[in-house]
Amino acid sequence: MQSNLLELASAISSGAVRVVDLTFTLSPDFPVIVLPPEFGQAAPVRIQEISRYDGRGPAWYWNNVTFGEHTGTHFDAPIHWFTGKNLPNNAVDTMPAKDMIAPACVIDCSAQAAQDPDFLLTVPIVEAWEARHGRIPERNWVLLRTDWSKKGWRDYSNLRDDGAHTPGPNPAVMKWLVEERGVIGFGTETIGTDAGQAGHFEPPYPAHHFLHGAGRYGLQCLCNLDQLPATGAVIVASPLKIQNGSGSPLRVIALVSST
Amino acid sequence: MIEQIKPPRRKNPLLRTRLPASPPRPRSRISHGFTRAAAEGRFMLQRCEACGAFTYPAREACPSCLSAGLAFVDAPRRGVLLAETTARVPSDVYFRERAPWRIGLIKMDCGPTIVAHLHADCAEGAAVSMSLQLDKSGQAVAFAHPEAETPNMADDKQWREMTADPKFRRVLVTNGRSVIGQEAVAALKAAGAKTVFVGIAEPWRPFAGEERLRGQDGIEIVTLDAADEKSATDLAADIGGKVDILVNTTEYVRPGGLLDRRGTSIARDEIDQAYLGFINLAQAFGPAMRMRGADGINSSAAWVNILSVYALANWPAFGAYSASQAACLSLSHCLRAELRPGGVRVMNLFTGPVDTEWFQTVPPPKVAPRAIAQAIVSGLKNGLEEMYVGDVAEEIRQRLAANPKALERELDR
Repeated sequence: MQSNLLELASAISSGAVRVVDLTFTLSPDFPVIVLPPEFGQAAPVRIQEISRYDGRGPAWYWNNVTFGEHTGTHFDAPIHWFTGKNLPNNAVDTMPAKDMIAPACVIDCSAQAAQDPDFLLTVPIVEAWEARHGRIPERNWVLLRTDWSKKGWRDYSNLRDDGAHTPGPNPAVMKWLVEERGVIGFGTETIGTDAGQAGHFEPPYPAHHFLHGAGRYGLQCLCNLDQLPATGAVIVASPLKIQNGSGSPLRVIALVSST
Repeated sequence: MIEQIKPPRRKNPLLRTRLPASPPRPRSRISHGFTRAAAEGRFMLQRCEACGAFTYPAREACPSCLSAGLAFVDAPRRGVLLAETTARVPSDVYFRERAPWRIGLIKMDCGPTIVAHLHADCAEGAAVSMSLQLDKSGQAVAFAHPEAETPNMADDKQWREMTADPKFRRVLVTNGRSVIGQEAVAALKAAGAKTVFVGIAEPWRPFAGEERLRGQDGIEIVTLDAADEKSATDLAADIGGKVDILVNTTEYVRPGGLLDRRGTSIARDEIDQAYLGFINLAQAFGPAMRMRGADGINSSAAWVNILSVYALANWPAFGAYSASQAACLSLSHCLRAELRPGGVRVMNLFTGPVDTEWFQTVPPPKVAPRAIAQAIVSGLKNGLEEMYVGDVAEEIRQRLAANPKALERELDR
């Protein structure tokens, strides 16, 4: 095993294993989830200079940074949703570290999402994917590729007077992925793991509902999913160890074999 | 007759931008009675409580009967210009740069004789109407206008030193998402502003009125999230040298005080938006504005804040919001002092509840956003420093002056 690990390290170093960054830059410009104004809101990202080689600190540059747990490319822990509130080890500081590294199945729905901003992933679509790429193994991430991350921010959040219109999973496929395929988590390019209109689904926000109720995880605001193979990529997603944290912005990388 | 001012040409980049000079500043403490009047656009003189005589300049005792009871009261504005003189080579730097400068002696109908700056259309022997104005030092001076309207009256060179007229100036309205912001944009444009830059935070969020703002000549939508240090700095890097008037339309109203809220996240948002946003804007735009106070027809001229009148006295129903506004009020006095060397005015508009979404359940009277926009323009044109817009604001001011404790008890309802 030890030699395998060292082989992996040298493969990364040589480029035989590519490291793909799936993370958006954490910046104040990046859209955040919008809730009705009477609810508490995610604090946007703020970056305040402490000093920049100036009178405030002549030789050094550093910032104070503030943000909500669910800003930028971020991770959702089970405790984020009421369905997962009583599970053991359900927060980012207590979740098993081994869950932070897992393989991924990437389902490319970019063509459908380009046609329909309200596109929903369904069980038949995943079954058709499995017919080509094989059954989704247990404890894999399922990443929904929509190319949504390539849009300008306004189209990316796509807010209209009846809410956001962005693609996501339907309730049946979420329940099925969790119960029948045992996925470790579900990841999207959009602002949430759920579709923009998921508040009107039954149950509302099914990705949050089923994933977190079963102790699984969410990843959202991912990018560069178009650089991943349908199978075989390994995701490294280790959130900040925030005490009893419900999630956190993080750096998500994928290891992809070049050969 | 005054010649109409012309739109300024582009600056010659080979010429240095002249730095602002200030007119003489020292005043006696008692004469700040005039400062208070000028700040609000009132014309007040001291009147003896014993013998009823008006007096000028400010004194400690009545020159007629030696009574110490000299209170500032609203006084009739009419007088006659007795004599005028033109200072051609004054020794003071501020006036020398602006010479020739006309001053005159006004015999007031109510008694005293006053030395005043003259509007160009004031003629010897003719009646004039007096006002108290704040000069570029922020100090009160007397100003004589012709009694009736004359052509291009507001374009008078000496009058423009006393005001911050939006005509031909470039204005930044910091938040164009709000109804107040959009009304302010329209009013400033109608008042002759050359360009109105309209700040929009988080441009990916659509907002009502967006269509109307876009595609209008002289209105430029810019990305500005005042609460974000970098956003304010980035915008100032682009347009900081072209902002002659800044209208801070930051609006973040949430109900609630202390005990019926949980935690500090709303309070943080209030402070972030209102107070830190103010600081970010001041640090980003203030230095260039202070430096450009004498930069021609479109010199920098004013900074406008729209504050809740509950900055003066806490309204527990919106208690934490009131506190954030009080912080901004305090900050505005600091900004006023720091912009003063540039001759840039800081005008505060105090309003009661506004007819906007977050005051939905508050019964009338409420201030119409359009009334606020019109007050901004009229305050700038008249060079004011404090305005109370609407009945509630005016009433709170009066009750605060009469008995702050009574107001405190009565706001607790």
